[in-house]
Amino acid sequence: MSNPLRSEVVKLYKNLLHLGKQYPKGEDYFRGRLKIAFMKNKDVKDPNTIKDLIARGEYVIKELEAMYYLKKYRAMKQRYYDNKK
Amino acid sequence: MKLLVAVKRVIDYSVKVRVRADGMGMVTDGVKHSMNPFCEIAVEEAVRMKEKKIASEIVVVTCGPKQCQETLRTALAMGADRGLHVEVSGADYESLGPLQVSKLLSAIVRKEDIKMVLVGKQAIDSDCNQTGQMTAALLDWPQGTFVSEVVQEGERLKVTREVDGGLETVSLKLPAVISSDLRLNEPRYATLPNIMKAKKKRIEVLTAEALGVSVASGLRVLRVQEPPRREAGVRVETPEQLVTKLREIGSI
Repeated sequence: MSNPLRSEVVKLYKNLLHLGKQYPKGEDYFRGRLKIAFMKNKDVKDPNTIKDLIARGEYVIKELEAMYYLKKYRAMKQRYYDNKK
Repeated sequence: MKLLVAVKRVIDYSVKVRVRADGMGMVTDGVKHSMNPFCEIAVEEAVRMKEKKIASEIVVVTCGPKQCQETLRTALAMGADRGLHVEVSGADYESLGPLQVSKLLSAIVRKEDIKMVLVGKQAIDSDCNQTGQMTAALLDWPQGTFVSEVVQEGERLKVTREVDGGLETVSLKLPAVISSDLRLNEPRYATLPNIMKAKKKRIEVLTAEALGVSVASGLRVLRVQEPPRREAGVRVETPEQLVTKLREIGSI
C-alpha cells in the first residue's frame, strides 16, 4: 500500500479541504462530497489513471478559486458600484 | 524599489454583520474575519510589480490585535516578503481610525526607506476611504487614488484613476501613495501550500510607542444602528382590494 503517488493524492485532498472552508453551501457539505468523490476511486491502481484523476482534482481547485474570486467581485460590485440606475 | 502594502483585517464580506447589544459597535466574537477585499487587490498589485522586477521587496503592515497576524500570513502567502504587525488592542483598537493608521504608516515609511505605499481604497467595515489620502498628506507625497491601472515610467508612475463618469490619467513622481480600486487586478488565491511556506516568513511585532506615534483618537462613537428593517408586504386577491388598500395608505 505504498503507492508513489499517495503523497500527491493526500496533498490534493488537503488542498481541497482547505478550499472547502469557504464553500458557499458550508464546509460540512463540501467535506462530505469531497470524501465521496475520493472514496469512489479508492481502488484505482493504474498510475496513469491516478495521474488523470489528480489532474482533474487540480482543475477543480482552479474552478473553485475562480468561483470564489467571482463571488467576491460581484458582491463588491453590487455593494459599491451598482447604485446608479 | 521597496513597497509597503497596508492591509486590514475585517469581518468577512460574506458574513451578515450584527450590531452589538450595547449599540456601540459590531459583533466580532466568533465571526469569520478575512483580509479586506480592496487590500487583497493592493497586495496583488505589489506582487505583480515584484514579478515584473519593478519592486525589490514587499513589506506588508497591519495595525490591530494579535489575530491580525493571520491577515498578514495571507498577504505573505500571496507573495509579500515580510510582515510588520503594529500591535494595537483594547480601547485603542476600538477607536483606531484612518488618521491613527496613517500616522503609523508614515512612521514606518520613514523608518523603512519605502518608495511606494499601496493601500486598498477603503475597508468594507468602516468604509472610510481616507487612509491613503491621509498618509500621502502626512508624508507630503503625491497620491493616486481609486486606481485601475499603474504603469511605471522611469521615476514616475502613470496612473489611471476611476472618477465619476470616466477615467483620469495622471503622472505621479515617486515616491507616491496608491490606493487600489476594484478593477485594478484579480487577486490570486492564497493556497494552502503557500500559506504553509509563508509561515517561514518573518513577522516583526511593533508598538505604536516604539514608532513614536500616539493612537489617541479625537472621535467618540455615540451610537451604531442597523438600517431600518423593510416591512413585509401584503398580498391582495383582486384589483378592487388593491384599490382599497392603496386608498387606505393614501397613495391614490
